[in-house]
Amino acid sequence: MAKKEQDLQEVVEQAIAQQKVPHVKFKGINPRNIDIARLTKPSKETRQERWGKGLTALAIVLIGLLIVAIIGFVGMHGLATFFTDKVNIFQFLFSTDWNPGAGPKHVGAAAMIVTSFAVTLLAAMIATPFAIAVALFMTEYESGKRANLLQSVMELLVGIPSVVYGFLGLTVIVPAVRTIFGGTGFGILTATLILFVMVLPTITSLTVDAFKAVPKELRKSSAALGATRWQTIFHVVLRAARARIMTAIIFGMARAFGEALAVQMAIGNAVLMPYNLVSPAATLTSQLTSQMGNTVMGTLPNNALWSLALLLLIMSLVFNFLVHLIGKKS
Amino acid sequence: MRKNNVGKLLAILLFMPLFLVGCSQNRQKITIVGSSALQPLIEQAGNDYHLAHLDSNIVVQGGGSGTGLSQVQAGAVQVGTSDVFAETQKGIDEKKLTDFQVAIVGIVPIANKGVHVKNLSRQQLADIFTGKIKNWREVGGKDLPIIVINRSRGSGTRTTFEDLILKGKEAVNSQEQDSNGTVKKIVSTTPGTISYISFPYANDENIQKISINHVEPVNKNIPTNKWPLWSYEHMYTKGKPNEATAKFIKYVLSKKVQKDLVPKIGYLSIHDMKVTRDSQNKVTKIGD
Repeated sequence: MAKKEQDLQEVVEQAIAQQKVPHVKFKGINPRNIDIARLTKPSKETRQERWGKGLTALAIVLIGLLIVAIIGFVGMHGLATFFTDKVNIFQFLFSTDWNPGAGPKHVGAAAMIVTSFAVTLLAAMIATPFAIAVALFMTEYESGKRANLLQSVMELLVGIPSVVYGFLGLTVIVPAVRTIFGGTGFGILTATLILFVMVLPTITSLTVDAFKAVPKELRKSSAALGATRWQTIFHVVLRAARARIMTAIIFGMARAFGEALAVQMAIGNAVLMPYNLVSPAATLTSQLTSQMGNTVMGTLPNNALWSLALLLLIMSLVFNFLVHLIGKKS
Repeated sequence: MRKNNVGKLLAILLFMPLFLVGCSQNRQKITIVGSSALQPLIEQAGNDYHLAHLDSNIVVQGGGSGTGLSQVQAGAVQVGTSDVFAETQKGIDEKKLTDFQVAIVGIVPIANKGVHVKNLSRQQLADIFTGKIKNWREVGGKDLPIIVINRSRGSGTRTTFEDLILKGKEAVNSQEQDSNGTVKKIVSTTPGTISYISFPYANDENIQKISINHVEPVNKNIPTNKWPLWSYEHMYTKGKPNEATAKFIKYVLSKKVQKDLVPKIGYLSIHDMKVTRDSQNKVTKIGD
């Protein structure tokens, strides 16, 4: 112990001798009175560090467990349809006969899969041009007060709960579609129109980020070459931001694909292959929300719903994967 | 110092859920889950009961009849409520459950006002819902295609309707809606629609209630089974209910609730019935 103390003293003396600019920490320390305990024990900062690390690690472990549990649970129940109830997976994907209560021969989700994709793609297709136009206005043409106003309007649209969209759709869009296009007013078209408003802010704000990420130099060089503003936008900005715009659209599609409540209220919930845009249909999510409470845990109808949930989970993974793929490419 | 506070806050937030969960289990509570049709009655009864018995703790949740039955069978809740007999649900072992029938609710076919039909025979009604009759003209109404709005597959109302009217035949695949309110709204605004809802929701001038075989859909026709479309509201417990649960069920079946609250919500008291019906839909007169 004494030797160690001596060593330490030597080190300190040496340090003080070599020191060119007097260090704050060394001020109170001289070879005679060294608080060995303080120097050898972990400092307060180190303890804080450990605490912080521990807490964040704990939070991460908890979240990790949660994710594993969710995927495991959905997977277990979703796959039970195929392993326990012996439903043919191709029949599940390609048959349109959906009546799980009648037995494993009647579990075909094709109608819902097609409808889900139809509303998602249509909503994204309608929303994208508007989103790009709004984003261009906010970044290229206007950047002061009016852009800020638009920004807050978009943020407001994100904040409106989906049940409100659904309710508005049920009261306003359904009768309007019925009067203009015929049918009952429930169907893919109505759901698409609602989803259009719901995904618009998502796509817009991400597209704004995409345009803002285009370097100023590009615009300036384009202007120096004598291009008009429109030419710059069309040939330079849009082209440079292409990958990020794709990402924005995919995020919007992911939102549309997973939306349940608003769609369920407007689409009519008939598990039929849609034959036109105003015939009632059902999406994966709308079928889940309207049926979950009516099935008994562990029976085929319940497992079949879990399979739909698994399909949704897989699709959202695919969307995420696409985003990464595009991110890597650019 | 500030960093330290953030750390403490994070720690508190992380552990708070554990404390909250711990606290809520201190009192003995009755959780009632299931049928959304029965929910308003049980909720109100639970509130009244709590005023008289302050140590009681009754939590009422919806979720659907299927949820109610599977939760009570799993032992996760004390009472599962259902619009249908447990016997009719696959995956439920009715022998493990005890059935308490606490109320009766009628179901009435409704149509859009514009169809000009006020009465249908039972056969006509069945033919409409199986897709055989496709135009209102065929049943004496306007020349208008019939649009069937069905209820969610497996829901109590649909199961009752299909058992009693369609007698096992498959309903035509069509639009499905799961709540009485939405169905009413759709039928009142869409020309040519037909559906069915439970009695408490049907008092609305914007929809046309439909008589079956010229019997009017009113509560006083139910006790004798003259109006055949009705179902029991069940409260199921796993095995014998525990003491607190038994006391509450007894309260729901007491005169106070059955004479006051049950009619107020639009249901029929279980004590008024002059017939019983079993899970096979066999009707017997009480006293026979």
